Formats: sequence, structure tokens, C-alpha cells
Amino acid sequence: MLGKTANGLFWMYRYLERAENISRLVETGQRIALTRLGSSDEEWESVLQTAGVAAGFHAAHDSLAKDTAIDWMLRAKENPSSVLTSIMAARQNARLVRTALTHEVWEATNATYMTACTALARKVSERDLPQTLRTVRQQTALVRGATHGTMLRNDIYDFARIGTFLERADNTARILDVKYYVLLPSVMAVGSSIDNVQWETILRSVSARGGFRMEYGDSIDPRDIAQFLILDKRMPRSLAFCIGKLRDNLGYLASNYGTRPQSWALVDHIERGYLSFDIDAVLDYGLHEYIQKVLSLLSELGAQIEIDYRFYE
Amino acid sequence: MARRGTKRDFGMDLSTWSGSNRAMSGTVNETGNFDEMWGRDGALRAPYERFQSWFDGEDPKNLRAKQREAEELFRLTGITFNVYGRAEAEERLIPFDIIPRIISGREWQRLSRGIEQRVRAINAFLHDIYHRQEIIRAGRIPQEMIARNDAFLPQMIGVAPPGGIYTHIVGIDLVRTNDDDFFVLEDNARTPSGVSYMLENRETMLQMFPELFSRNRVQPVQNYPRMLRQSLAACAPSGSGGRPCVAVLTPGIYNSAYFEHAFLADQMGVELVEGHDLRVVDGRVAMRTTRGYKPIDVLYRRVDDDFLDALNFNPDSALGVPGIMDVYRAGGITIANAPGTGIADDKAIYSYMPEIVEFYTGERPILKNVPTWRCSEPEALTYVLDHLDELVVKEVHGSGGYGMLIGPAASKKELAAFRRKLRARPGHYIAQPTLSLSTVPIFTNKGLAPRHVDLRPFVLVSPEGINITPGGLTRVALKKGSLVVNSSQGGGTKDTWVLED
Repeated sequence: MLGKTANGLFWMYRYLERAENISRLVETGQRIALTRLGSSDEEWESVLQTAGVAAGFHAAHDSLAKDTAIDWMLRAKENPSSVLTSIMAARQNARLVRTALTHEVWEATNATYMTACTALARKVSERDLPQTLRTVRQQTALVRGATHGTMLRNDIYDFARIGTFLERADNTARILDVKYYVLLPSVMAVGSSIDNVQWETILRSVSARGGFRMEYGDSIDPRDIAQFLILDKRMPRSLAFCIGKLRDNLGYLASNYGTRPQSWALVDHIERGYLSFDIDAVLDYGLHEYIQKVLSLLSELGAQIEIDYRFYE
Repeated sequence: MARRGTKRDFGMDLSTWSGSNRAMSGTVNETGNFDEMWGRDGALRAPYERFQSWFDGEDPKNLRAKQREAEELFRLTGITFNVYGRAEAEERLIPFDIIPRIISGREWQRLSRGIEQRVRAINAFLHDIYHRQEIIRAGRIPQEMIARNDAFLPQMIGVAPPGGIYTHIVGIDLVRTNDDDFFVLEDNARTPSGVSYMLENRETMLQMFPELFSRNRVQPVQNYPRMLRQSLAACAPSGSGGRPCVAVLTPGIYNSAYFEHAFLADQMGVELVEGHDLRVVDGRVAMRTTRGYKPIDVLYRRVDDDFLDALNFNPDSALGVPGIMDVYRAGGITIANAPGTGIADDKAIYSYMPEIVEFYTGERPILKNVPTWRCSEPEALTYVLDHLDELVVKEVHGSGGYGMLIGPAASKKELAAFRRKLRARPGHYIAQPTLSLSTVPIFTNKGLAPRHVDLRPFVLVSPEGINITPGGLTRVALKKGSLVVNSSQGGGTKDTWVLED
């Protein structure tokens, strides 16, 4: 496989995952804004931060308002991580690697692009927002389904999965990073209405409310939430799950190619060094420091994969 | 992107041909033009019999829905072409007409014999021109036609391409004027495009009207990508081993024909590479894979000669591979088509094609050339000046319809001005008669309506033989009376059927 193709697959799936994550964050932000007593746009600041697009937003806007924040995240062309630009970038990468994709995956990706261009052609009204977000997520789910159902399990698939899980791990880590203070055990705040809202925000932004309830019932212990999102290997957006998948796919590549590149050693190190303990060890290390460390390791991993598999040279 | 020096890639203009303003209506030909469904007198021609009986039983409303469905299919599959310089509407669909163009097996047999003869001659001509130049020594082509031609590539002199093949993929543009009269409008010996539309048009028709294919025995085209790969592999340099490594070289995703490049690579199961994926390593052209550099045996390039090698041609090109020509000359890679093939499809050379065919095959040409007056010859010039209002005059080195005079449509003032130009620089011009082109029905809101068409069959050449896919790409001028089949100016395409007799 061409290095360029591996690169294209990696980014195509990263961008698809990103489009989905951002739309989930918008949905969460809107949900919180609607169910909250009193009105405040502060929540949107944290949503923008979680999405990693706050700096760009403030460079382009003087003040923060709900509708400009939503528009920035959904469709701003100047925002390289808006839902629309992410989908466009995913599709551009798909065109680049079209020979590596099945017909069905390509069609689903192209349909996602066409749907997004129509749905996000104009500013989305509050009334249309839920439907628009649902449409985007249905489309990206279609690409994922076509990927699972039709692609060979070879190196093409491995690079697609590596892109997906690196982006997802990054996303979950950023949500935790922005909200880490909420998860710090605090006798004072437990049970207060502010915390309930914050926890719900966190769980919603990773589509984990149902899963969490299934496992922990009506617990509102922040420790449980941290455990669930960081270390629970059954939760498909937890750090442990994503990094486990990265390790699997880098492992398949290594054995398929008969090499042991540095990226493999690095993912092995991340998993053993940061995801093999219990939550108390994480909290002792310092949640914020821990997340920061994982984030920087993930970015290092991405750069190493680029080198090992000759994405650029 | 690769535009300079590009031979008109996909679009073409038939407007050097007459009949443009003679309106037609209904399905019956009232003007004397030859219609491929209705002939000259309105009597249904045999190849269309079964189609006609099917069409009569169809509700136009359903067909209109099918036409829209076809468009959706194309859009979803991404069968688009890029428009240069437009960021917003960067990708466009080429309109597809659902009425097939139907050619009988007998008609096709004769055509394909003619195409094969012509392609053999072109290949022999190229070999000769870059070696002993016998045709010039024999006085059949003047020396200056070659020596002073920009399309002649001195770097190719004495080079022996692997397998002796220059034009691995050829597209011969044909027009029809009568039951048995086909003319070659031009030869495309560089990088002919459009074959993906031929394949996708058929795919779309199979999906939309399966019943038509049960009623008619249509010769398949779907083998093309497999044949292309086999044909390319058969041209690999000696010592490439049992399964030569083939790759398609594209200028990149912003090129107007990128869809086709990706499509062909995908269908052949080979890598689609760009210049920056390639590098000369240990005397071979190699591509950067996830496991290191891997040598390529056959490169099907969709990049023009000029951009192929910054060391040997245009130094500014980033689209090609620096040093590839040196590898090529040493026999380390097959480049398809070979560099320098443009000399064979040059407009100035076109008028010599009958001589070229005879010289190399020893046979009379089966396909007709459009009669061409070379104004450099005094007798021809006199004739052209006397009959200017009946002729089409073209610049020898012009393309895209620039610097052209259409006699029957020109004003007295324009004619006079052109006369002066002709007298001043006769060697710059050729002249051709206006012919009346055939029409084929398209589906409109008012039923079937005749429109002018051309045909580009695709030919594969390897040491193992010549392979012609039955049919080819039919381009149709969708505007009433128009002769412009150019995709950027209201031209569309049709599925082209060759029936099993």
C-alpha cells in the first residue's frame, strides 16, 4: 500500500469520527442549554473548548452567543474542525484513497458529503437542529457500517481503525480534560444540582448515559464516571477501549508486515503504563496531569505512525 | 495543473461540421441528415427494432423518472469532472442520456477492422519517425512536418520502448454521415480519456433497464479494465517477472479527469500514484509504500509529456518523476503511452494519415479521413480561396476551435479577412469540406429528438495484439442543432451498444 494511501485512510476516518463527535457535542450543549434554569452562554464556552475550537472561535468573534457558537461548530468554513469542514475533508481523503475503499464505503461517504452540504447549506434554525444532527450521525454511522460489512481485514482496514480510535481517544481525553474538576471527589459539591448537570454533560457527550446506568444504576459518584470513561474496556469511547483498539490494529500491522516499529512499542507503553491500573492510581497521579500526559502521548503516537508507515516520506 | 500542451482532453467541438442550424423535429428526419435510428427517410433501421418496440410500450413519465434516477446514481458514484478555477462548483456531472446508441454487429466488424489497421499504422509510424524515418526518405511526408513540429520529441530518437509499443491506449474519434460512411475526425494517441464514462454508462443502463438487455444481445464492455491490465502487463520490460507491477500516474485530485484515473486504478486493482509518491531508486522508478520503496514495471501515466520529468522536460513540473526518462531509456520501465506519441495525432499529420496507413500496412485505408487541403500547396490554396464559403479552415497548430473559419456561417467581411490571412501565411492552415453528421435520438420532455453525435472507441495495443472494446463512448450535443459535444458546453454521453448479430 502507498504511504499516501495509508495517510489518506487515517485522516478520512479521523475526520468522520470528528464530525460525529462535534455533532454530539453540539447536541449536548443544546440539551444542557434547554434544560437548565436561567440562561447562560457559559456552557457553550466549555463546549467549544471540549471540541478544541474555542481559540478559532474567539479569533473570529467578539463575543460568545449560543447561535454563533453552534454555527461555528456546525458549518463555519473558517473552522477546520466544524462538522461540515470535517465531512468535506473526510470525503476529499476518500477521493484520494478511492482505490482502497469498497464501492459501498465510497458511496456512503459521498452520500454523507452530499447530505451534509444540503443540510448545512444555511444557518440551521433551533427547530431544525435536532433533525440535522440526527441526519449527520446517521450518515456517518452508515459509513461505519459499510466499513465493517464490506472491507477486507487487511492493512487498509488497520489504518482506517487507527485513525478512528486515535481521534476518538483524543476526543474523550479532551472532554475529560475540560471537565476534570467536576470529577475531582469533593464532599461539598456532591449531589448539588450543578454537578448533576455537569455529569450529564460528560456522559451525553460520549453517548454513555445508557451504558453508565446499566453498570452503575443511579450512582452519581464522580469516581465511577472517571472509571467508566477512562478504564472501562467495555465502553466503546473510553480511553482504555480506544487505546486497546489502537494496540490491536498496530499489532496486526506489525505482524502482517513482519516489523516491530516504534509506534507499536509506544502504544504498548501507553497501555501498560497508563491504562493498567485502577482509578485510585489515576486520581493519585492527578486527574488533570494524567489526562494531559495521555493527550501528549497520543499526539506523539500519531506522529510516530506517520513516520513508521511513510505517510509523507 | 497539467493544462499546457494538453491535447483537448475530453471535450471536443464538432462545429467544423455542417448541419448545425438545420432544425429537426419529432422523430422523423425532415432535413436529409442521416439519423441512426430513422435513416434518411424515416424508416426504422434494423439495429433499433427491438429498442423501438420496447420504447413504444413505456410511459414517458416513468422514463423521465428514470432519467432523474440515472443522475442520482452518477452523483452518488461520484462520476464527475472537475472544472478548473471554480472552487464552489468544482465537480460537475456530465449529462447522461438514457436512449442507447445502437450499432449492428456487421457495422462494427467493418469499423473495428478499420480501427485496427489505423492503430497498427500509427504505431509503425511512431517507431519509424523516432528511428530511420523511412517515410520521409520515401518522400511521403515532408521533412519539415516532423522536424519543425512541437509534438516531435527529440529525446525519443533511437529509444526502443519495451515490446515495441508506443501507443498502448488509443481513442479514435469517429463521425458518421451515412449507412456505411464513417470518418476519422481525429486520433488520440497521447492519453485519451472518457473510458470510465463508457463503463459507467453501461453499468447505469444495466441497473435501470435490465429488461432491455434481455431483449437485445449487447456485446459486453465490462472486460475493459481487465484487458487494460493484461495489455499493460504484456508491455512490461523484459525481466519484470510473472506479475509485473502496474500503476496509474495521475496529476492529482484536482485534475479534471481524476475520477477516471481513480476508477481505472481501482478496477484494475493497481496503485494510483502521484509524482510525489515516486522516486528513482537503484535505477528503477519506485513508489513509496508503507513498507518502503517498491519498483514499478509499467506506468500508465495520465500526465502529459511536458510534465513527466522535470530533469528532462519542463523543469517546473512537480507532477512527474525527475529522472524517469533516464530509467525509461535504459529499459527499466514501460511508460504508457510512450512519450512523444503526440506527433502521430497532430493536426498537421492528420492529413497524411491515408499515406501513413498505406505506407506501413501496404493496404488501402478502411476508414476515411476527412478530405483535407493543405494550404501550403499552391493548388490546394487556389482551391480553398475559390471555395472559402463552403469550407472549414483551421490553424494547423491551433486547438479548441481558435483561429478557425466556418465558411458557410461566416460573413463576407470575415471571409475577406481570412483570405488575407491565408495568402499571408498559407502554411499555417488546412481546409476541410463541411459534412453532414449523423444524429441519434435523445430523450426529451417531448419524446425522442435527434441530436448530433460522435464516437470514441477505445483500443488497447500490446505485443500480444490489438483489442478493441465493442462500442466506445458516444458523445452527444444535447442542444438542438448543435454540433458541440464538449462536456463543458452542453454535451452529454450515451451508452453505446454493439449488437451480437
